[in-house]
Amino acid sequence: MTVTPPLPGTSAPVAEPAGAYLDHAATTPMSPAALAAFVGEAQRTGNASSLHSAGRAARRAVEESRETVARALGARPSEVIFTAGGTESDNLAIKGMFWGRRTQDTRRTRILVSAVEHHAVLDPAFWMAGHAGAEIVLLPVDGDGRVDVDTLRAELAEHADEVALISVMWANNEVGTLQPVREVVRAARPYGIPVHTDAVQAVGQVEVDFAASGVDAMTVTGHKVGGPVGVGALVARRDLALEAVLHGGGQERGVRSGTLDGAAIVAFAVALEETVAALPERAPRLAALRDRLVEQVRQAAPGAVLRGPDPASGDRLPGNAHFTFPGAEGDSLLYLLDSAGVQASTGSACQAGVPQPSHVLLAMGVPEAEARGALRFSLGATSTQADVDRLAAALPGVVARAQAAGLVSGRTMGGAA
Amino acid sequence: MSGGVDSAVAAALAVEAGHEVVGVHMALSRNRDQFRTGSRGCCSIEDAGDARRAADVLGIPYYVWDLSERFEDTVVSDFLAEYEAGRTPNPCVRCNEHIKFEALLDKATALGFDAVATGHYARVVDAPHGPELHRSPNEAKDQSYVLAVMGPERLARAVFPLGGYASKDEVRAEAARRGLSVSAKPDSYDICFVADGDTRGFLRSRLGSRPGAVVDTDGNVVGEHDGAYAYTVGQRKGLALGRPAADGRPRYVVDVQPTTNTVVVGPGELLSVDRIAGDRAVWFSGALPDDGWFDAEIQVRAHGSPVPARVRAVPDGLEVELTGELLRGVAAGQSVVVYRGTRVLGQATVSRAWRGRVAG
Repeated sequence: MTVTPPLPGTSAPVAEPAGAYLDHAATTPMSPAALAAFVGEAQRTGNASSLHSAGRAARRAVEESRETVARALGARPSEVIFTAGGTESDNLAIKGMFWGRRTQDTRRTRILVSAVEHHAVLDPAFWMAGHAGAEIVLLPVDGDGRVDVDTLRAELAEHADEVALISVMWANNEVGTLQPVREVVRAARPYGIPVHTDAVQAVGQVEVDFAASGVDAMTVTGHKVGGPVGVGALVARRDLALEAVLHGGGQERGVRSGTLDGAAIVAFAVALEETVAALPERAPRLAALRDRLVEQVRQAAPGAVLRGPDPASGDRLPGNAHFTFPGAEGDSLLYLLDSAGVQASTGSACQAGVPQPSHVLLAMGVPEAEARGALRFSLGATSTQADVDRLAAALPGVVARAQAAGLVSGRTMGGAA
Repeated sequence: MSGGVDSAVAAALAVEAGHEVVGVHMALSRNRDQFRTGSRGCCSIEDAGDARRAADVLGIPYYVWDLSERFEDTVVSDFLAEYEAGRTPNPCVRCNEHIKFEALLDKATALGFDAVATGHYARVVDAPHGPELHRSPNEAKDQSYVLAVMGPERLARAVFPLGGYASKDEVRAEAARRGLSVSAKPDSYDICFVADGDTRGFLRSRLGSRPGAVVDTDGNVVGEHDGAYAYTVGQRKGLALGRPAADGRPRYVVDVQPTTNTVVVGPGELLSVDRIAGDRAVWFSGALPDDGWFDAEIQVRAHGSPVPARVRAVPDGLEVELTGELLRGVAAGQSVVVYRGTRVLGQATVSRAWRGRVAG
């Protein structure tokens, strides 16, 4: 794949990955307008913290972007803290809210997180358990990956005085489940316990309104909405007790020091605004395309099991489809599809390069042998019916071959029945 | 692709030969170190990263296959069981037998690949009766000894792109010429799953301490040990005998008796043998005469020298009579590989070695 560098200030198209790219949840192409904004701002010299004219020009671009981001997400500009992306925002939320709350009240050591959070939430939470005396309570999910709010209520009824924060994602990155974030907020509010939500996958796929949701902090990132990689934000209420994680020059309310990345921030704002504006048209189109994908996968691979909520329920991201293929290993499927020009994902993290069964599927009660044969297909702004057709054409041969390899390797024999 | 220079260059040569190539790194342990240590040139996460980097330079896909369970169930458990039984295993042979040219090769075949290419130093020569396995022209690096176990059917699906290279320096130069960052990476020597090359420490950690007696050939107790499993026939170092032999000559392990947990030591001449029996024999296509004894050379160590012998196949095994010099310290469990010139005829696992001819 070759990418032609765009001329400065123009809207040259961004090269799509070759073949059928069905991994928009991993990252999605940068929009031409965002790329143009990025290049234009990167040509300017100026530190947004400087007082001279060059600094003022840079600061103006950043602050206008902050207003744009706030408007797109239903937040106030002063609630937007720019970061280097989703992982940093999640770390700032978990660590910063924990320390902020414990400073106010040393009894508050419990962190309540859903069992299906992204590792960018789970790992800092467990790190805090090992290094800062936190206790982690994993909130269980049902077979569709939806958090059980009754468990949360019971936990709060018993331990509300000890809870530092709650973190429940807006939408799951693997199986696309939309979480009952408003119910979580309703359960937490009487106790005054702050709620964080990782909305990285939700923004641009469903309507996300920070103020209306009632959450206290929300993670968003640039590269899932057509912006660049390496920029994101934590949207945080102004009265939220939030300790800094990065210390230094005191930028971003003093909780996130570091020279502001003007080019990335400007491009992020442009992309986010575009994405949110296009949502009423895009969401139903993606949902229809996803429904056809599900139907075509079921025809091409009758043994495939759809994981996550029924698409018709409306409780699922419109661009998400996720299946397990009995008797096949995810990385075999991935390789064979890649050779056929179809790019998908197993959806779960590797540990030291070794594919691991997804903690999300395991939390949903999927047996480990079946969880090893998982594939996620995720659609985005540039997805077409041709992409889906290419997948459906490749799938029968791919699944048969991956199942044969699964039998030989002996790892997934239990799931082959 | 282990992350070393050999497999990286092998992959490069396969790509340049026009094949559709995918890099596979085998994860053989669930608890891998972040960084490479000592003379182990594989198996850390850093090594996996080196392999991925090489694959990226070559523009080929790269996957990590988790073969850790199979590796533990075959290679590591065999290693422990063999030492426990008083034998001396070669884990590299077992890995080639059960992992590289079985688990990995079979999975690759099922996925539609025609062959597995590795960075081993050995040659495959096409012949009318099928492919033949030959020594590498690089005598110091030749790995035909540890590859012989794969047998003819698997050899037909194996490719050794480094087979023609006469020196490691040439291979390093090929790596450097292609911009592969592993070109200067040090060679590895140790057993990959034994930290610091401390086999005895590894065995003790897995098998526990089992104190017992060291006796001489007359049955007199001359010392103690912490577990007979940690001793190998032919071993001289590390015996920690309290007092010297009556005749003042060096003593060697001449027998390990697992049932009584006894190590027997004696003079070096007891180690010399001229008869070897092997089991689990593997023969390559066209290697055996119709019946009876045939002349060949045999080798009993990875870096040993071949010696002339008469060999015959017996059901499931082979028998060897040395016709020239004797061999010292042939332990049960080692591989005996049968050669004629550079060609590998077959191999077996040593079950017994003894002195048949009267000393002369």
